[in-house]
Amino acid sequence: MNIGKDLVAASATPLILAILKEGESYGYAIIKRVAELSGGELHWTDGMLYPVLHRLERNGFVSAGWGRSESGRRRKYYRLTDRGEEELASQRRQWQVVDSALRQMLFRSFQPVPQGG
Amino acid sequence: MSQETNHSTSGNHTSLEEGIAEWRSYLRPRRAIHSVDADELEDHLRGQVSALLEAGLSEDEAFLIAVKRIGELDEISREFAREYSERLWKRLVVTPDGEDNKGNGRDILVAVALACAAAAAIKAPELLGLSMDWNEEFYARNLSLFVLPFLAAFFAWKRALTPVGRLWLTAPFLVAAVAINLMPFALGGHTEALAALHLPMALWFAVGYAYAAGRWRDHDQRMNYVRFSGEWFIYYSLIALGGGVLMGLTMFVFDAIGVDAGNLVGYWILPCGALGAVVIAASLVEVKQSVIENMAPVLTLIFTPLFTLVLLAFLGAAALTGSGVAGDRNVLIGFDLLLVVVVGLILYAISARDPQRQPGLFDALQLVLVVCALLVDAIALWAIAARISEFGFSPNKVAALGENLILLLNLGWSAVLYGRFLTRRVAFAKLERWQTAYLPVYALWAGVVVLVFPPLFGFR
Repeated sequence: MNIGKDLVAASATPLILAILKEGESYGYAIIKRVAELSGGELHWTDGMLYPVLHRLERNGFVSAGWGRSESGRRRKYYRLTDRGEEELASQRRQWQVVDSALRQMLFRSFQPVPQGG
Repeated sequence: MSQETNHSTSGNHTSLEEGIAEWRSYLRPRRAIHSVDADELEDHLRGQVSALLEAGLSEDEAFLIAVKRIGELDEISREFAREYSERLWKRLVVTPDGEDNKGNGRDILVAVALACAAAAAIKAPELLGLSMDWNEEFYARNLSLFVLPFLAAFFAWKRALTPVGRLWLTAPFLVAAVAINLMPFALGGHTEALAALHLPMALWFAVGYAYAAGRWRDHDQRMNYVRFSGEWFIYYSLIALGGGVLMGLTMFVFDAIGVDAGNLVGYWILPCGALGAVVIAASLVEVKQSVIENMAPVLTLIFTPLFTLVLLAFLGAAALTGSGVAGDRNVLIGFDLLLVVVVGLILYAISARDPQRQPGLFDALQLVLVVCALLVDAIALWAIAARISEFGFSPNKVAALGENLILLLNLGWSAVLYGRFLTRRVAFAKLERWQTAYLPVYALWAGVVVLVFPPLFGFR
């Protein structure tokens, strides 16, 4: 299945913020987590994650700092800020609306009665 | 067996490192991606590679897949550019990376200190009772000595000139200072005005000695100094424009409260600013050298065709009307300036040209320009020769004539070389070489006008 570009782009911000809510992380780990969560279906071009992370940093939703990886390499870590928490909450409310709307229409018409049998 | 395996592993390892280094080298020229971002992307790439290695892939495969997953560099670069649109504008004063920033910062500090020293130098004579109002000749003669020693000092410091080099550098300034102030110039004499005019030119070449770190025989160094001079001129003009605005507004705001700021502007801001800006402009050129495209060659590109057109039109008009040139002194100076501009256009066109490139339309255009300038100058010289034979020699005429001949010789041989280059008989480097080899002639002539002319013409 190929998920549309716009949908990938739209879901990137809430996904990243939610993953960072679990704790400080870095680019490669975030990509891996996204792959895990979506069963490998939600696929990002890896390099595209970084401009998004940097935008979130500029907006003050995440803070970034250089640290060391286990192997001693320089690595940039990202952490959710208070403003990021607020943004995540706002995103959650927005997606709830989208989600419920989609559930009511899309899943009813194309996959009739999932549990009714 | 195990040794062999070991060997092949380490061989693979270097190939992985080479691969990553090569990948990074593709990132480097992209302006939107700074080196810290490249570090971050590299960390990602390495993380991906090691995960794939753990999954049992070979290093080659792991590297290829990791590179593919990280995506097309063009696309990533475009995304970065959207996020950091300001990065596409190269910035001069603030280097965003923080790399090399310290060096530049120190440069600017030293330059500001030397600029202040120059500003203090021009005000110092007043402490000895030499006010600017009554000693115009003194200030005119010494103007370049108030500032160029500091500019030379800047480069002597920047290039870490050897002690011997520093001695050599001091010599021309000392000689100039002694000579120009001890020579018994007649009041309002022409030789004094000529010396005041030519001293900055002569000393500018002395600064070049410091700029080249003493390696003034090196043709590349000479060409670099030519490039520097062009850029310096442009920066100085820009600073001067800003200075004009500053002075105008100063006058205006003080005038609004009924205070006349004329003295403040005329005796302090203007002289101190004009001299300080010489050093500041030079340090800016040094800082931005690698950051921003050179402007002088761009201006050359714009004005070469325009000057060619004007000269062609002039030749046509002169031929049609049949009117000769009025041969007085100002005409001679005017035509000298024309030749200076044409030599400048050629010099900066050469400075920016890739010597390996094949002759093209622009080179032909340069040749047309040079030939036109030579023809126009021939007309002027004809008129002037007649006038000199009628009224005899004066310091001004000899100086103007000498300059004309020097430039004529340069342009004449340049025309020959351009012709040969266009017919592919000599390499372009010959032309470049001719221009840089000719530079000392200008310095020598300026020195002669300053030091030899006054006694030669009895300090008239």
